[in-house]
Amino acid sequence: MRDVDSLLAAMTAQLREQLARRGIADPILIGIHTGGVWVAEQLRQRLGLATPLGQLDISFYRDDFSRIGMNPQVRPSELPFDVDGRHLLLIDDVLYTGRTIRAALNELFDYGRPASVLLAVLVDRGGRELPIEAHVAGTRLELPAGQNLQLIGPNPLQLLIQSCS
Amino acid sequence: MSTAPIQLDRQGRLRHFLTVEGLSRHHLTEILDTAESLRGVAERRVKKLPTLHGKTVVNLFFEASTRTRTTFELAAKRLSADVLTLNIATSSAVKGETLLDTLRNIEAMQCDMFVVRHQQSGAAAFIAQQVKPHIAVLNAGDGCHAHPTQAMLDVFTIRRHKPDFPQLQIAIVGDILHSRVARSLIHALNILGAGEVRVLAPRTLLPPAVEMLGVRVFHQPQDGLRDVDVVVMLRLQKERMEGALLPSEQEFFQRYGLTRERLALAKPDVLVMHPGPINRGVEIDSRVADGPQSVILEQVTNGIAVRMAIMSITLGNQARPGGETD
Amino acid sequence: MRLVLRGGRLIDPAHAIDALQDVYIAAGRIVGLGHAPDGFTPDRAIDAAQRIVCPGFIDLCARLREPGQEHKATIATETQAAAAAGITTLLCPPDTDPVIDEPAVVELIRRRAEAAGQARVLTLGALTHRLRGERLAEMAALKEAGCVGVSDGGRPLTQTRVLRRALEYAATFDLTVFLTPLDPELGHGLAHAGQVATRMGLAGIPAAAETGILARDLELLRETGARAHFGRLSCGRSVELVARAQAEGLPVSADVAGHQLQLTELDLSGFNSQCHVQPPLRTLRDRDGLRTGLASGVIGALCSDHQPHEADAKQAPFGDTAPGVVGLSTLLALGLRLVRDGVLPLSALIERLSWGPARILGLDSGHLGIGAVADVCVFDPKTVWSVTPDTLRGRGRNSPFLGWELQGRVTYTLLQGQIVYTALES
Repeated sequence: MRDVDSLLAAMTAQLREQLARRGIADPILIGIHTGGVWVAEQLRQRLGLATPLGQLDISFYRDDFSRIGMNPQVRPSELPFDVDGRHLLLIDDVLYTGRTIRAALNELFDYGRPASVLLAVLVDRGGRELPIEAHVAGTRLELPAGQNLQLIGPNPLQLLIQSCS
Repeated sequence: MSTAPIQLDRQGRLRHFLTVEGLSRHHLTEILDTAESLRGVAERRVKKLPTLHGKTVVNLFFEASTRTRTTFELAAKRLSADVLTLNIATSSAVKGETLLDTLRNIEAMQCDMFVVRHQQSGAAAFIAQQVKPHIAVLNAGDGCHAHPTQAMLDVFTIRRHKPDFPQLQIAIVGDILHSRVARSLIHALNILGAGEVRVLAPRTLLPPAVEMLGVRVFHQPQDGLRDVDVVVMLRLQKERMEGALLPSEQEFFQRYGLTRERLALAKPDVLVMHPGPINRGVEIDSRVADGPQSVILEQVTNGIAVRMAIMSITLGNQARPGGETD
Repeated sequence: MRLVLRGGRLIDPAHAIDALQDVYIAAGRIVGLGHAPDGFTPDRAIDAAQRIVCPGFIDLCARLREPGQEHKATIATETQAAAAAGITTLLCPPDTDPVIDEPAVVELIRRRAEAAGQARVLTLGALTHRLRGERLAEMAALKEAGCVGVSDGGRPLTQTRVLRRALEYAATFDLTVFLTPLDPELGHGLAHAGQVATRMGLAGIPAAAETGILARDLELLRETGARAHFGRLSCGRSVELVARAQAEGLPVSADVAGHQLQLTELDLSGFNSQCHVQPPLRTLRDRDGLRTGLASGVIGALCSDHQPHEADAKQAPFGDTAPGVVGLSTLLALGLRLVRDGVLPLSALIERLSWGPARILGLDSGHLGIGAVADVCVFDPKTVWSVTPDTLRGRGRNSPFLGWELQGRVTYTLLQGQIVYTALES
């Protein structure tokens, strides 16, 4: 597996380029629990950003509540800043169907109206079920449906491929 | 013990919320942790989550209550559920339909959850046994038996200030005999491993063999309130005077009312709690109710988050496959 | 019809018989035991091998719900259930509607029971007019109409003065007064005032609600010289009080309901409305005290306290349900359970179900001596059966024993020498 460090380096480079092109000086990083938060922490250091990190738990916004119920380990979402008019960098570890991102966007917009939202992910594994794309990806690869990609951490961060039975 | 089996599915998950009694520490902690995540919703601009979008919650209040009903309504609405409130008149002069007939009629309206308040102990369990599978039943108070959501918001409030339960001494004061709040709170505190749960009341207001619930019994505030971390004052109802349980509200306030002097017996950082509505000058002095140690209003705020958590968890478990009971 | 019951084990406590003896019946009476009387040829022989043959049971408290509550049950349905349970005599309390305070009601019940022809129904007349506890009922007229005693019908008197006078008046006509030991003011509640009621938030009925009134009533009996029977004791302490009074020579007797000897307050768990009874199920110690009382004979009779209800009456939150359970179908088997548990010997059990109640009523029945009326029960002590809505007889299905597996079942019941019940052979 590609080592996480080089993926983070690739993300950082792409992010710098995107932010410069769009003229965004003061973005806010928001990580999606749990893997997205770890990635966001790393990026914040590498980009040298001052603004505190936001953390999003999307358990209450999932679209499969009627099928699988509540997540027993839900954590509070924390956005210690005002979202209105700000440029947000939404960070997640693995982009797959796109449903998590949809839930995250719904939740973000219940906090306020951001100026823009850029999506940056560690791995884009394809298999989209919704019209959602990442602006920045550490790497892009195809994985068959029977396989699961998981980021474990926080120290050290490692990517694992597992078969889901 | 008695009704816990009905409220759990085959995997031991909560599918109804009828009583705290018989639940595990894990069950309670899950509710408290989920409520913690929901607290912030009230401070957002959009005070809503989409979690229960499309679900219908019915408030079945056989016993009138504005405050409890409104917090349940608010909790359901903040989860985007549709809410229907039915206040069923129970005047004995009005011979209405049987409880079962009422239930069947409402079931025909395709609802997902009943929030039930009833004057008879055991009513919520009875309803839970009668409803179709996939309908979650929440007990909003049944007779003198249980008020489990109140107990959960009480321990949630305590946990936010004093999370180390084994270190805590909690005193519950007043009409324990008739109090479903007291019974549920005693169970919750014991399950969470509280250091000591005390009840403080004159003998007429204590039920027989109350110590079997896992409490230490006190009759004098000088002893009962000494060094406690939390004082929970219970509401005293006027009917108690007519039932020859107490001579007067004045004497009760004289001997048991929470005044600043009595509060000084407790630890300096004691929490003052009350399930509401408070009777100023009967069980509690205004200056204490409004004072710096009072968390009475915080209890109300927390009540919404706790009820949102319980609704989410039970409705979520109802939806899960393989979780049916026999 | 001439009958012989062959090969059974005859247990007749009144005559201290427990032996393999054939029983010969003619013209509705016992005409021979052990060997046939001269010239006796039976019209029918009943095989009683492996069975126990004993006097038909006398149940000192069974509510037949007629007149007045025919939606719950009728004399026809419940006497039929009694016959299937080996019960040949039922005592009906006066709290019918209308109350049994007039000879006409006594006559109505007698006629309906006769028409059904399944069991004898004896009546208790009301102690007070309309059972209101204010004016005396016409006890002399009721006695003449056939009442075997008078009773408060489960509605204890609130005025002690009236009670005292009622006792004296009943004594004038040599009537036994059947009393409910319950304080009408202290006795409000749903369960025994103890740890279970506390945990469940149910209004509690303290033991003193029974024992206090019992003690008072015993003092009144001492002064008035009346004869009394206390129905459905629930406290161990009550047994002590009755025992002491009996030892002092007071004409006092008592009975206990079958369910009180099996269940306790713990069985209320889950708000089981089938355990909502008055008096309430009390503690294990009380249950054991009652068992001891039955074994020693202080409690002279075991009764069913049969109270059939329609389904709706029990399908509600606990406090909204009607108290009372059915008891005819399970009376014998639950009694046999006590024998198996070593509480009392088999002949003592049968005595408490037949000869004991007969003596309390002052009747020459409950025994199988030569010349006695042939009210007989033939039962199989070994048959195992499950208590289900199908195996319960009569109208009501409100039994706390649904789902229990019991042992002991009636094979034949004879009423005045006629077979009124035959078990279907499986």
